[in-house]
Amino acid sequence: MTGVRKRFTPLQRLLHWLIAVCILAMLFIGVGMVSTVTPKFLSLVTIHKSLGIAILVLALIRLAVRLRYGAPALPADLPEPMKLAAILSHYALYALMIGMPLIGWAMLSAAAYPVVVFGGVHLPAILPQSASLHSWLWDAHFYLAFAFFALVLMHVAAALYHALIRRDGVFEAMASVSIHDEVVPAE
Amino acid sequence: MPEPNRPVLANRSMLGWLALIAIVIGAGAAAFAYTAGWFSPQRLTPTRLVEALTPAAGPSLGHRRNHAKGICFTGEFEANGAGAELSKAQVFASGRYPVLGRFNLATPDANAPDAKVRVHGLGIRIATPDGQEWRSAMIDPPVFAVSTPQGFYELQLASKSKDANAMKTFIAAHPEFAPFGAWAKTAPWTDSYAEDRFNSLNSFVFVNKAGAAHVVRWSLLPAAQPVAISPDDLARRGPDYLEQEIAQRVAGAPQHWTMVVTIANPGDPTADPTRAWPQDRRTVEVGTLVVQKIEAERDGPCRDINFDPTVLPSGIRTSDDPFPAARSAAYMKSYDLRTAEAKDYPRTIAGAKP
Repeated sequence: MTGVRKRFTPLQRLLHWLIAVCILAMLFIGVGMVSTVTPKFLSLVTIHKSLGIAILVLALIRLAVRLRYGAPALPADLPEPMKLAAILSHYALYALMIGMPLIGWAMLSAAAYPVVVFGGVHLPAILPQSASLHSWLWDAHFYLAFAFFALVLMHVAAALYHALIRRDGVFEAMASVSIHDEVVPAE
Repeated sequence: MPEPNRPVLANRSMLGWLALIAIVIGAGAAAFAYTAGWFSPQRLTPTRLVEALTPAAGPSLGHRRNHAKGICFTGEFEANGAGAELSKAQVFASGRYPVLGRFNLATPDANAPDAKVRVHGLGIRIATPDGQEWRSAMIDPPVFAVSTPQGFYELQLASKSKDANAMKTFIAAHPEFAPFGAWAKTAPWTDSYAEDRFNSLNSFVFVNKAGAAHVVRWSLLPAAQPVAISPDDLARRGPDYLEQEIAQRVAGAPQHWTMVVTIANPGDPTADPTRAWPQDRRTVEVGTLVVQKIEAERDGPCRDINFDPTVLPSGIRTSDDPFPAARSAAYMKSYDLRTAEAKDYPRTIAGAKP
């Protein structure tokens, strides 16, 4: 290796913030729509489906970009348990970003609901109709949504901890708006 | 690796920053809980609506939470092409499209005797070759009982209340209930699903190829001549007479209903299903529903279908009527509950004792 990035690439930062906004909107729309019977219900469900597919596509692109460009190293002096938490929580975030839309799509398929997104694109069913699969996937979608939100809150708390208390550059690696890819010489 | 020049935080300012982080996270969690309705116990949620339908003895596990008693059918919708003027949906283009449906009784009790249930229903799903679907769930009264989902919720609470005056109080507070109440009291009961006229009651918007929109309601008019029967006579024919009768009748010959679309004039009450539109409104016969085969629900194809009235093809959309959205939300809740209870309503296992 000739150099180590201090920051994520501009494309990674763009994808991160874009997906962050989408996921937050998605989680709020999700809990909001299942708790109303007003006409908002239909618009929220419609947005929820389209946004879910958008997140799935963006997250797959993001995963590819991440595999290609990697991530800046965590600070060497970060305590081991924090490093482990950082690594594991990021695996979980990626798994949920990609998994939740797939679970939702599969759940609708198992219930034999037509899956229509972006105002008229019909997606194929990815599972055969099955009451037991539907029930299982519905539970997964529901409980994982709360786990996802809890993980997002932990992620925000950790980001602010790095930004405000440790001040170790971890926050800036993703929050910086600079498009210059600063590369520091390794060792 | 060079150590960054990190300012050392004083304990006091670190506590301040920690407090700030706690506030940010707490506010996020509170906003989420608020959106989920945890701070609004008065909000009418799908869960509360479905709970209001649950009888005191508990729900019929594995069954729909309302219209729980029913029987499946398959057949065809023969479109005559006349509806294409109103909607670009393929289902109105001249042709025959497969139908999956369900005759049902408006009761949360899957074992209710037929003579105890005033309202009959019909759910259909029409599939077209373009991959789209039209689902609809209709009932036989000419108007709905209440004009808002909140009113429906209150009706459920009143009708199962132990307070003898609960229904009186409800009717006094909901004058819009009167036309339905009069129908329920005076309209003759029928002795067959094949003789029932089923009405959408809710209004929807049809959009044609040119983009012109019309607010409509639709009905299925039976070809069979209605035969009136008193509830007492219906009771004497047995608790499940209607299902046995329709199975026998359809085995003898396919049964037909004409689909008629009624178009609202400007100013008609499109958002209130308790209010019928004037008799002189334009109607268009768009096709015929042909019921060809009856199957018991337990192993039948309609069992795990949610006849969600908001599953619409392009060319039909919801109107300002608040019910389809509320029904969609409640039907989904009911579907989620009953699919989780499949073990309580097992399918017939081949070779097992009946």
